[in-house]
Amino acid sequence: MLETLTRGFRNARNRLQGKTTLTEDNIASALRDVRVSLLEADVELGVTRAFLARVKERAIGEVVHLKATRDGHGIAAGTRVTPAQHFIRICHEELVRLLGEEEPQLDLSGDPAIIMMVGLQGSGKTTTAGKLAHRLKEEGRRPMLVAADIYRPAAVDQLVTLGERLDVPVFSIKGMDPVTLCETAVGHARDLGRDVVIFDTAGRLAIDDALMAELERIVERTRPQEILFVADAMIGQDAVRTAAEFDRRLSFTGFVLTKFDGDARGGAALSIRAVTGKPVKFLGMGEGLDKLDDFRPEGLADRILGMGDVVGLMKDFEKVVDKETAEQDAVKMLQGRFTYDDFLKQIGMIQKLGSLRSIFEKLPGMGELMEQLPPEAFDDRELLKVRAMIQSMTKQERREPDILDPSRMERIARGSGRPYEEVEALQERFRDVRKMMGQLGQSGMFGGIPGLGGGRAARRAAARRGPVDPMSALGEAFPGLPGVGPDAPAGRPALSPEEKKALARKRREQRRARRKGRKRK
Amino acid sequence: MQEWLLLEIAGAGAALVAVGAGVAALRRRRARLALAAEEAEAPAGDAAAADAGRPGGLAAVFFRGLARSREAFARGLAAWGGGADEEALQALEDALISADIGARASASIIDAVRRDLRRARDRDPREVLRAQMLQRLGEPAPLARVETPPLVVLVVGVNGSGKTTTIGKLAARYRREGRTVLLAAADTFRAGAIEQLKVWGERAGVPVVAHAAGADPAAVAHDAVAAARARGIDVVICDTAGRLQAARPLMDELGKLIRVIRRQVPEAPHEVLLVLDATIGQNALAQARAFKEVAGVTGVVLTKLDGTARGGVVVAVREETGLPVKLVGLGEGLEDLRDFDPEAFVDALLGDGGEDAGMRSAGPGATVAP
Repeated sequence: MLETLTRGFRNARNRLQGKTTLTEDNIASALRDVRVSLLEADVELGVTRAFLARVKERAIGEVVHLKATRDGHGIAAGTRVTPAQHFIRICHEELVRLLGEEEPQLDLSGDPAIIMMVGLQGSGKTTTAGKLAHRLKEEGRRPMLVAADIYRPAAVDQLVTLGERLDVPVFSIKGMDPVTLCETAVGHARDLGRDVVIFDTAGRLAIDDALMAELERIVERTRPQEILFVADAMIGQDAVRTAAEFDRRLSFTGFVLTKFDGDARGGAALSIRAVTGKPVKFLGMGEGLDKLDDFRPEGLADRILGMGDVVGLMKDFEKVVDKETAEQDAVKMLQGRFTYDDFLKQIGMIQKLGSLRSIFEKLPGMGELMEQLPPEAFDDRELLKVRAMIQSMTKQERREPDILDPSRMERIARGSGRPYEEVEALQERFRDVRKMMGQLGQSGMFGGIPGLGGGRAARRAAARRGPVDPMSALGEAFPGLPGVGPDAPAGRPALSPEEKKALARKRREQRRARRKGRKRK
Repeated sequence: MQEWLLLEIAGAGAALVAVGAGVAALRRRRARLALAAEEAEAPAGDAAAADAGRPGGLAAVFFRGLARSREAFARGLAAWGGGADEEALQALEDALISADIGARASASIIDAVRRDLRRARDRDPREVLRAQMLQRLGEPAPLARVETPPLVVLVVGVNGSGKTTTIGKLAARYRREGRTVLLAAADTFRAGAIEQLKVWGERAGVPVVAHAAGADPAAVAHDAVAAARARGIDVVICDTAGRLQAARPLMDELGKLIRVIRRQVPEAPHEVLLVLDATIGQNALAQARAFKEVAGVTGVVLTKLDGTARGGVVVAVREETGLPVKLVGLGEGLEDLRDFDPEAFVDALLGDGGEDAGMRSAGPGATVAP
C-alpha cells in the first residue's frame, strides 16, 4: 500500500548515511527523493511543498542532539543519533503532526446520535455506512440506516441488502425528498428505540450545487453530531479541492478513507487532513462488513517511514491470539524446538490476521524484502497448500520433523495432492527457519528470556546498532537467509534451468524406481 | 519483550511461507510467459474500422473541469522568458503534477520540452509541450469490431469507478448505431448491482441476463454469451464486480470468467475496458498493469470527467502500459459517453482551442498553510 512512500524515505535516509551534519546541500537530494515519493503517493503538491519546507527548516535549524534520550523510535538511552536518523525523525514527527496526533473518537451524544455520510460518487459511502452500523452494533449500540440516496439507480436496494445482512433496520420511503426523509427518519428512530442514525446520502461531484444545497438542508434540519466525508484512498490531486469544497459547505467533522487495503499509497490522508484540519476517523479495508479500522496517526507515519506499524500489528495480534500461549511458543521457537504443529498454528494465526501482505507491511524493515520478492510471493493461497501438506503428516512427523524421509514425503505429497518437490521444499524451508530461530535465540536479542543466551553485553551490542528492529537485524545477522538476499528467493543453490531439469528428471526416475520396487514386493 | 516475541512468531512464519510462495510464483510466472508467447503467435484478431463522427463540443465539456489546470499552465506560459526558461518550466511541471500526470511522468515531459526548446529557441513553448503530450497519448484508438457477432465487451475496474454506468451508456451507444445489445450482470457480489444494471438496461432498452445475487459470475457470462449466440445478438457487454487489483482471488476469478467466455467465442472478449475514475491519482498505473496482466485490458474508459478532476494520469498509463483511452464519460445522461480525442484533451488541459472567457472560474486555490 505504502511501498512507494516508504521507498522514497528509505532512499533519502540512505543518501544521508555517513554524513556527519545536515546542511542545506546534503539534504537537498534527500528532500528531492521525499518530494517525488510524496507526489507519487498522491499527496497534493501544495501540501508536499509545505511539508518539505517544514522538514528542511527543522533539519538545518536544529542542532542534532547526539545524546538522545529514549524516545518512541526504540533508540535506547545513551545511543548516538546520526544525522540520517535525525532527518528521518523530523520527517516522522512532521508526518504525525500533519496527520493529527489525537486518535479521534465518534461523538455519539445525541438522542439519537446522527451520523451523516457524504462524499463523491463511488467513494464507498454506502458500504462504509454499513460497516459503521456493524461496528456500532458490535459496541452495543442500536443503529438504524437511512437510505437518503434516491438518485443512483438501486442505491436504496444496496443499503436494504446490507441492512438485511447486518440485521439493522433500514429506513426508506419511496418518492420522499431526502431532506424530509432524513427528518422523518430521526423521529422514527426515536420511536423504535434506535440510538444511532446513519444517513447514506447521494454522492455526486463536489461542484454539483443542487446536491450540496440539499446536503446543507439536511444538516440544517437534523443537526448531525458527525458528518463524515468519505474519500477513496486512490484519489489524486483533486482530493484537496473536493474535500475543501465539502468542508466549506458542510463543515464535516472528520473523514473516512476507503479501499485502503488496495495498493494505493494513501497520500490523500495527508492532503485532506492538511487542507481541512479535520481528522481521519476510520480506514475502510476490504469487502467484509467488519473491515473498518481505527486510524492511528503514529502507525501510518511509522509505516510511511518504513518503520512498520508495530503497535497496529500488536493490536491485531491481541485480537486473535492468546498472549501467554504465544509467548510460550515463541520461547520454544527461539530455543530451536520448532515443530510443524507450531507452524500450523502460525498459519492459522496469519489467516485470522488477514493477508500476508498486510502483515508484512506492518512489520518493520520489511519494505525492501517486499520489493525484492515477486508480488505472487504474497499469495495467500500458498498458505492453504502448506497447510494441506502439514495436515497430511502423521502426528509423530509433525512433532519430530527430522524423521521425514523420501518415502514419508512421497506419502505426504500424495495425501495433500501436491507435487513431491513442494513437500521437499517445505521441509527444507522449515529446517532453515528453525535453525535461524535457534540462532536468533542465542544472539542475545532476547536476552531477557530465561533459558536463552545473551545478557547485558549482548543487549548493549544490540542497542549500539541503533534504531533497528528484529526483522532487519535478522537480515543482517543472516545474509544467507532465504528470501532476504536480492536474488535468492529460494533457499537453495542457484541452478541453471538445465541443471534444474536434470535434477527434476533424476528425482522423477528415482520415484518411479521406488514405486516399482514397492509393487514388486 | 512480549511484543517482540509475538512479532517474531509472525515474522518467521510469514517469511517461511513467503519464501516458498516466491519459488512457486517464479515457477508460475515462467509457465505464464510460455503461454503468453504461444498466444502472441496467434493472429491478432480483426479489430479495425474507425468509429465515425467526432462528437462536437467535447473540448467545451473538458474545459469546465480543466479550468484550474488551464490557469496553472497559463501562468507558466505567461511567465515565459524565451528559450528554456527554468522558472517557467518549473511552473509547467507543477501544473502537470496538479493534473495528476505524476511526478515522474511530469519530470520526463518537462525534460523533453527543455531539450526541444534548447534545440529550437524560437519555438512556441506551448506548441512544444502540446506536441510532447500528444506524442505520449498516441493515436486515438477505436473500439473493436468483429465480422461475426457477437462482439464481447468486458468491463473491469476497481469498486466505485463507474463500471455499471459506463455499461448503460455503452449499450445506448451501440443501440444508436442500430445494433442489438445484451447485458450480462456478472457483478453478483455488490448488493444492488444487478438491480442497478437492470435499471440501465431498461433506460437503454436492452435485455439483461442475470442470475441471483451471489451466483458464479462466470456462469452469468456463459449464459449471456450463449443467449446472444442463440438470438443472433450483435454485442454482449459484461459487467464485473469491482475489485482492487491487489486482491488475488478476485483477480483470478476474472481470469476464470474470461476462460469461460472463450469456450464459446475463442477470440473473445474482443474488448476489455478498464474503467478509471477521473479523480484517481497514481494508483491508476498499478491498476492498469494488474488488470492488463490478468484480463488483457485493451483500453481505458475515463469516467466522471465532468467533475473537477483531470484524469491526467492517463498520459502516464498510455506511456507505461501502452493502453489507450478509448472513451470518456462526461455526465449522467445516456449519451454522455464519447470517443476520446487526444487533441481536445491536451488542448483543454493547456488552455488552447478558443474557449470563451465566461468559463466557470476555478474555486479557491489549493494552497496550504504550514
